[in-house]
Amino acid sequence: MKSKRPLKILIAKAGLDGHERGALVVAMGLREAGLEVVYTGIRNTPEQIVASAMQEKVDAIGLSSLSGGHMAQFRRVMEVLKQEQVKGVLVFAGGIIPDEDVKKLQKLGIQAVFGPGSSIASILTFLRQRLR
Amino acid sequence: MRQYAGFGTAAETNQRYQYLLAHGQTGLSIAFDLPTQIGYDSDDPQALGEVGRVGVAISSLADMERVFKGIPLDQVSTSMTINATAPILLALYLVVAKQQGVPWSKLNGTVQNDILKEYSARGTYIFPPTPSLRLVADIVEFCTKEVPGWNTISVGGYHMREAGCTAAQEIAFTLADGIAYVQTCVGRGLAVDSFAPRIAFFFNCHSNFFEEVAKFRAARRLWAHILREKFGAKNERSMVLRFHTQTAGSTLTAQQPDNNIVRTTLEALAAVLGGTQSLHTNGKDEGSVIPTEASALLALRTQQIIAHESGVTAEPDPLGGSYYVESLTDRLEQQARDQLREIDNLGGMLKAIESGYVRQEIYRAASKHQQAVEAGKKIIVGVNEYVSDQPLKAKPQPVDPRLEPRRYRELAALRKKRNASKVQQCLATLEKAANSSENLMPILMDCVRSHVTLGEICRVLRSVFGEHQPSHSV
Repeated sequence: MKSKRPLKILIAKAGLDGHERGALVVAMGLREAGLEVVYTGIRNTPEQIVASAMQEKVDAIGLSSLSGGHMAQFRRVMEVLKQEQVKGVLVFAGGIIPDEDVKKLQKLGIQAVFGPGSSIASILTFLRQRLR
Repeated sequence: MRQYAGFGTAAETNQRYQYLLAHGQTGLSIAFDLPTQIGYDSDDPQALGEVGRVGVAISSLADMERVFKGIPLDQVSTSMTINATAPILLALYLVVAKQQGVPWSKLNGTVQNDILKEYSARGTYIFPPTPSLRLVADIVEFCTKEVPGWNTISVGGYHMREAGCTAAQEIAFTLADGIAYVQTCVGRGLAVDSFAPRIAFFFNCHSNFFEEVAKFRAARRLWAHILREKFGAKNERSMVLRFHTQTAGSTLTAQQPDNNIVRTTLEALAAVLGGTQSLHTNGKDEGSVIPTEASALLALRTQQIIAHESGVTAEPDPLGGSYYVESLTDRLEQQARDQLREIDNLGGMLKAIESGYVRQEIYRAASKHQQAVEAGKKIIVGVNEYVSDQPLKAKPQPVDPRLEPRRYRELAALRKKRNASKVQQCLATLEKAANSSENLMPILMDCVRSHVTLGEICRVLRSVFGEHQPSHSV
C-alpha cells in the first residue's frame, strides 16, 4: 500500500516544560527527509494536542518531554485520543524518560520511545516501517 | 563555587542547603519547579504532574520561610533562577529577610530576571516582551535604591547555547539581551552607572576548549566597548562583564555516564582559564536527572581540585598572549559584532525576538549539529563512536507521588486561614498598579505578606498584561 502523499507528523510538547531542542531538531530532520511536519510549540494541554492531530489529520504524533512530567501528560493524551475515538494514529515519544516508564508508556499504547542520543535516521526508519 | 539545587519540597531543599553549606559551598542556588516559574500555584490544574519536578515549589510566603529556615540570609549569597515571576520571588525573599531581622543592605544574591532569553530558548515566559521588560526594570530600579548588594539581572547565554546556538551567537544574543535591558532602564531615567555594575552574566562552557576560553575573553571586551561607547558609562565597574558559568548539560550523554565527569572537568577548566567569577559543574547524571547527592558532591569536588590543586587560578588571564587564543578571541569578537549588526538591522533585539529570528538562528544551528553527529563528522564518545553495549540506565530521583496531594492540602489550608478581605484588597491594589507605571515591587511585598499566592498574583498580571503568543514556525 503505497501512497504518494508524504507522511504527516505532529510533534508536540505537553506540560510546562520548555526544552524544545529535541522536538525541534526532530521536526526539522523529518521535514528535511520529506515528511510533512506540524510543530505545535511548547505548553500544550493533552486536549490541544489531540485537537491539532485531528484537525491536521496526521499519521503520527510525536510527544516530547524533558521535565519528568511525561507519565501524567502522555497518559492523558492517550485517554483523550480514546475519548475522541481517534483511530489509526501512531503515537511515539522522546525525551528524558527512564527505562521503567518506557514499558508503562508502551502499555498505554505509545509505540516507541526515543531517548537521548537517538538519531533522526532511526526515527525515520520506525515511522516508515510502521506507517507504510 | 555555586551549585544549582532545588527539590520538590521546601523542607528537602532546606536540607540540601544545610548539607552543602556544611561541606564548604559558599553560595546557594535555587531551582524552582515549572509551575512556580510560569506563575501557577501547586494546586492549579496547569501544574498537574509538574509540581516539585525540576525544583522546589513555592506558592506562598510559608513555602519561602521553610526553604530558608535556620539559614541567616546575611551570611549567604543566594542565586535564584527565576525570570517571569522574579519580582514575586524576590519580594518573598525580601520579606523573609525582614522577618529574620536582616536589613536589605546586608543581602547578597542574584535573581536571573532575564526574560528575553526565555522567548528565544528556555520557554518560561508568561507575558508579552514589553510588559515583561517593565517588570525587569521594576526590579532594577527597586534594588538600586533598596538592596544595593543584589545582582538585579543575570543575562544568560547558557540556555540559548544549550538550545543549539554557536559560541559566537552565544556572545551576540546574550549581549543583545543585555543591551535591551540597559536601554530599558536608561529609558526609565536611571543613570547607567547607577545600575550597570549590578548586571551580571551567565554563560555556558561547552566542549571546544580553546574556543570557549576565547569566547569569554571576547564577550568581556565587547561588553566594555558597548557600555562605554553606546551608553556613555564612566564607571569602570559598569563596563566589567562579571559572569557565572555552568558546564554544558547538552554535552553530557546518557550513554556511559562516567565519561561526563571528564567532560565536565575539561569544561570547568576552560571556564576558569577564561576568567569566570563563579562556576557550576554538572553532576555526571545531570543530563538526565536532578543529580543525586553523591554526584552533586563529586561535581563540587571537581571544582575544589581545580581551585586548590591545579594552580590554574594563580593568574587571571593565563592564556592571554597565546597566538592561538588571541586570534580565536579576535575572530569570535568579529563574528559576534557581525551578528549584533544583523540584529540592529532588524530593529533591535526585541524585534529580532518577536519576528522569530533568534529562534530560527538557534535551531538552525542545532539541526546542523545533529546532522554532523549523524553523518559521523562530529564524534561523541559513547554515542556515535566507541559505543559499548551497556543498557541505558536513567535512574531518576523519584518524586514522591504524595507531594501533589499534600500541596493541595497545604494551599487549601492557607487559603482558609488567611484574611480573605485583605487578600482581595491587595489584589485590587495590584491590578491598579499594574495598569499604571508604578513600580510593582512594594505592592508585591504587601501581597505576599498578606499570604496572597504567586498564582493569584500572576492571574491578575495575566489579565492586565496578556500572555505571550509565540510563533511556532522555525
